[in-house]
Amino acid sequence: MTATTAPAPVPTFGDEVDEDGGRKLVIICSKGSLDMAYPGLVLANAALSEGVEVHLFFTFWGFDIINRKTMDHLAFSPVGNPATHMPTALMGLPGMQAFATHMMKKQIEGLDIPEVPEFLELITDAGGHLWACRMSADMMHLTEEDLYDRVEGIINAADFIEMSAGAQTLFI
Amino acid sequence: MTMAMIADREVHVDEEGFLTDPAEWDEQLAKVLATNIGIELTDDHLAVIRFLREDQAETGETPTLRRVARVGGFDTKELFQLFPKKPAKKMAYVAGLQKPVGCV
Repeated sequence: MTATTAPAPVPTFGDEVDEDGGRKLVIICSKGSLDMAYPGLVLANAALSEGVEVHLFFTFWGFDIINRKTMDHLAFSPVGNPATHMPTALMGLPGMQAFATHMMKKQIEGLDIPEVPEFLELITDAGGHLWACRMSADMMHLTEEDLYDRVEGIINAADFIEMSAGAQTLFI
Repeated sequence: MTMAMIADREVHVDEEGFLTDPAEWDEQLAKVLATNIGIELTDDHLAVIRFLREDQAETGETPTLRRVARVGGFDTKELFQLFPKKPAKKMAYVAGLQKPVGCV
């Protein structure tokens, strides 16, 4: 030990920023395919563990993520998806979507990433808020009874604008 | 990575202050690290920290928040109470480990 060694720095964890009102993130989840559901869920979870206030707003096809009937069965569609790097004509063959979905689910599981319902549980345990879109609910004839029980409410566009005041907003 | 003083001992830290050599850590140091970030270390904190240490020793990686909850059997809400706002990073800091690299 030498007398010249400096004291170790202490991480600030950005706490001083939070004291100025904090950071808020709103993620609009508008798509219900497996590959489009995860980006919002992963980012929401990451933001929460960084101390950011997070609201997820589910609209249109994004309803599949919080609809009790569909949330366990999101699929990955390879049709017209250039990310598969396969001829489009092949992707429409019977069984291809089920196969592609199976492959993607296996990869997700391999990375120890939770399935959709468990992910929503994790997000709400971490303090995240889930909201459903009024117009989508009306169009699809769904009520709160049909939705994942941790969805806090069905809100309209004006409510959403109010709720997202001052937030960084992502549309997925 | 530089040598720096924490309490009365010399340790290796990165530029943010996270320990870079897990072997230089013990529970006495954990108390000082916790105090540094405004946490008074209790047995509940220590139970979590011990899991982080064991898991890191096994896998070579600092466990993510979800892994601490799922594999360690801790409640996510409780982790947020024990290590407010940024549990994953604060747990890692007190445990003398690097920040977790996993996304989930």
